Amino acid sequence: MSTPDEPGLRALLVLALAGDNAAYAEFLGHVGDRLRGYFRRRAAAFPDDVEDLVQEAMLALHNQRHSYRSDEPVTAWIYAIARYKLVDLLRSRAARPALLPLDDDNEDAAFMACPAPQVFEARRDLVALVAALPDRFRLPIAGVKIEGLSVAETAQRTGMSESAVKIGIHRGLKELARRVRGGA
Amino acid sequence: MKTGALITMLSRGPIAADPGSTERRLAAATALGALVIAAVGLVVLGPRPDLASAAGRPGFWLKLAFPALLALAAFVASCRLARPGARLGAAGWALAAPFVVVATLALIALAGASSGGEAWSLVRGRSALGCFAAIVLLALPGFAATHVAMRSLAPTRLRAAGAVAGLLAGAVAAAVYAFHCDEMAVPFVAVWYVLGMAVPTAAGAWLGPRLLRW
Repeated sequence: MSTPDEPGLRALLVLALAGDNAAYAEFLGHVGDRLRGYFRRRAAAFPDDVEDLVQEAMLALHNQRHSYRSDEPVTAWIYAIARYKLVDLLRSRAARPALLPLDDDNEDAAFMACPAPQVFEARRDLVALVAALPDRFRLPIAGVKIEGLSVAETAQRTGMSESAVKIGIHRGLKELARRVRGGA
Repeated sequence: MKTGALITMLSRGPIAADPGSTERRLAAATALGALVIAAVGLVVLGPRPDLASAAGRPGFWLKLAFPALLALAAFVASCRLARPGARLGAAGWALAAPFVVVATLALIALAGASSGGEAWSLVRGRSALGCFAAIVLLALPGFAATHVAMRSLAPTRLRAAGAVAGLLAGAVAAAVYAFHCDEMAVPFVAVWYVLGMAVPTAAGAWLGPRLLRW
């Protein structure tokens, strides 16, 4: 997969925010590569945490995807989320975030460079964390997000209303992010 | 878990998102906070008895316009700081401008005072501590509302986001208090209104990293 530039990434995200699932999957793939490159350099002291950070940042980005404004650079938006999650990790490890260049605007350029794709696996298992969520979150996420059923099918199978399924996915992924943060 | 599996999972199902939800959520929180503050102000303090005649004087409108414009600027700044990587931009100037204007008018008024005692009485007024305390206490429900909203959004500069959310609550409280307050001297407003609004602002900056983490 070739790496799209800023306008290419932005076009994918704008399509995704309008509901295009294929564009969103492609967008997240590129985002994953960039996040990995960023965390490998910035969290070099914690190589085992890199993929966990990639996934945590990706989940955060998904939960806050409405916060992207189409007139802002998408790379700056992704980078701000990545940096926020990194500082959060370093702070929670009682490391010294002051060692980071905190407001380096040239970061974006380096951020666009990404490593070759491989199979990347995190230590933390988000599926196991989903399984531990309460039913009102777990059932909608398992149906729609993990098994790939439609909202209507999931509603029928669980006996929940379609809007309850949608809300369950939305709030459930936020709860998942909270648990990832709390237990990381 | 493999990252590819996470991507598959996140990209499935309904994913459309409304980019205007940041503004809507903050607007709803501000409106709710303002409603509670206005209700408490009306019931506990009440409007000044001579409100009708005071409304004919520029001092009254200055006292109202100052916090109202600040609230507007703080709202715009909150919307910006609620998004990752967004810059304050012109909202920063809009936040500073009302303070500069009021400080300038206050200095002009103080320069016109015939003695140090008269200048001090312009600053002190008759209700200094009451004004300060009322604005701080009135701001509390607004502070809770703006911080709950900000917490659900995605600020990455938590101190700045907490500060503008606190200022938003303080400015709404000061605007409501202006209907009760019968002081007309600009130096009074420049000191006690500003100090009253500074408390929720500082509290927001102090608590931001704890309250707004996501």
